Amino acid sequence: MAGPEFEVPKLADSSYTDVPKINPGSMAHIKAFVAGQGPQEFLGYPWTMADDWKERVLDRMGEVLKKYRSVRLFMDICVHCGACTDKCHYFLGTADPNNMPVARQELMRKVYRRYFTLPGKVVPWLVGAEDLTKDTMDQWFNYFHQCSECRRCSVYCPYGIDTAEITMAGREILNYAGYGQKYSNEILGKVQKIGNNLGLPGPALIDTLEGLEEDIEADTGVAVKMPLDVKGAEILLVTPSADFFSEPHVESLIGYAKVFHAAGASWTLSSHASEAGNFGLFNGNYETMRTVAMRIRDAALELGVKRIIVGECGHAWRVAYAYWNTLTGLGWGGNDPFSIELQSQLDPRYKQPTHICEYTWDLIEKGVLKFDKSLNDHRVITYHDSCNVARASRMGDEPGGQFTIPRNIIKAVANNFHDMAAETIGESTFCCGGGGGVLTDDLIEVRVKGALPRMNAYNAVSKEHGVNFLALICAICKAQFNKVVPFYGFDMSMVGGVHQLVGTAIKLED
Amino acid sequence: MPMVEVAGKSFEVDEEGYLVNLADWDENIAGYLATEEKVDMTESHWEVVNFLREYYAEYQIAPAIRVLTKAISKKLGPDKGNNKYLYELFPYGPAKQACKIAGLPKPTGCI
Repeated sequence: MAGPEFEVPKLADSSYTDVPKINPGSMAHIKAFVAGQGPQEFLGYPWTMADDWKERVLDRMGEVLKKYRSVRLFMDICVHCGACTDKCHYFLGTADPNNMPVARQELMRKVYRRYFTLPGKVVPWLVGAEDLTKDTMDQWFNYFHQCSECRRCSVYCPYGIDTAEITMAGREILNYAGYGQKYSNEILGKVQKIGNNLGLPGPALIDTLEGLEEDIEADTGVAVKMPLDVKGAEILLVTPSADFFSEPHVESLIGYAKVFHAAGASWTLSSHASEAGNFGLFNGNYETMRTVAMRIRDAALELGVKRIIVGECGHAWRVAYAYWNTLTGLGWGGNDPFSIELQSQLDPRYKQPTHICEYTWDLIEKGVLKFDKSLNDHRVITYHDSCNVARASRMGDEPGGQFTIPRNIIKAVANNFHDMAAETIGESTFCCGGGGGVLTDDLIEVRVKGALPRMNAYNAVSKEHGVNFLALICAICKAQFNKVVPFYGFDMSMVGGVHQLVGTAIKLED
Repeated sequence: MPMVEVAGKSFEVDEEGYLVNLADWDENIAGYLATEEKVDMTESHWEVVNFLREYYAEYQIAPAIRVLTKAISKKLGPDKGNNKYLYELFPYGPAKQACKIAGLPKPTGCI
């Protein structure tokens, strides 16, 4: 574990990351740890590739193609135009041609053609169809874990092919064959058994929150609370468990608590739903994603809250914003008894769910929150759009609110802000390099190399404007940058949350 | 899972070198795990490792970083109760490297 050895890419002279000359097989040695018996069995998958692995792969692939017609469409409609090839941060950072999105997809497409299309069955050599072998499975496992499901390539695809969906399908099929990834699958077990991805049990959570309350009071002289499992609270805050555990995440948690305090809000955390993250999304398994999401609905019902607010977590916001409705009836439209109960319970004047940035920005616009912006004057800030927020969700009432609202908050609480180059932010944002189940030590080489385009863009504003702080709203991005920026010569303290900045500048009263 | 032998006692580690059975841990094994991590154990390192084990025994999880820094601050003074001090002791990250040496499971999630 100590000192992984590989060549760290060199930073460019500008924000632009050169398209590298291809280097076939340069990342072929990568292999994430394989999930063992415990996590695989818990999720209902075999834990080893048995004799019938091939049937299981083709069975599951057939089911996925049938259930998700999008996947079948994406298999069929790619014309190999190449628009996606240089859009992937992993290709730009590794030069491995299998990390061109079209080539990564081709690993599945060649099997699809061979077993699910007539020409592939009859004249496979004419249509690029290939037999399914164990080597194919190894390649899937390798390269479907060198995709962070960030969907940047999809923005540039003239057909709108969603690479993430293909990666998700690939991982689901691998799991079904007994070839799962340790990192994601262990986490999916912990969140269901203990309530969060970290495996932080209730008593430890209570101890941690009490400690944070003491810290804030020692810092500010104000008794800001972090309530847990308070029945009848108006707001349930669901946030990534890293916010309780890690730096710099915890600084944002302190920021949310200060905002709630300043607004005089009645709020609570839940020990049952002490995790916003939902790795079921990364694995492409609808049932798992649903089970994990149900914890939040159950907690909301149990506590009787009127609003649900989601903390700084990118993919959690995607799941909440785009899928909670159909997964758990939490938004509009569910018609089972629990959805109806929840529907009548939640306050219709507010968006359900609400992002913490929407909540804070609304209070700022109403003049409820007061700031001393000079307290952030030691920071020159830029903002990293996290992929799931940028390309899979929205905030506020205007198109692009997911881009403007976090930036508006930063500008309201700090004096120095500069955006990175236009082609690296907003809808075109580059992934941090650690999303989608890649945030694990066994993939550190993938993570460091995949961060290159973002590091180049950051380096450029750092040189031009003296930027020294990368603000963002995703727990994965925070952990990823915290780990990889030192490889590029930056200090890890440059990374932090938007609500860390809010928490620094906010004025509190008793 | 691989087996390792230290001072005549054999124990199991996972593919990342974390001790599989918490009960196997002793100071010799900690010494071995530290060598694997290229960490020279000093008294300061032991302070952290021992605190992690005590906390784990009570809560079944490693302490959150703020809990750890505060405990160190109380014991060794505020100049050492911070993230920077911990990273000086455990360069690959206190949560993971110190946990490993303390024989605790690896913390997972978005950390």
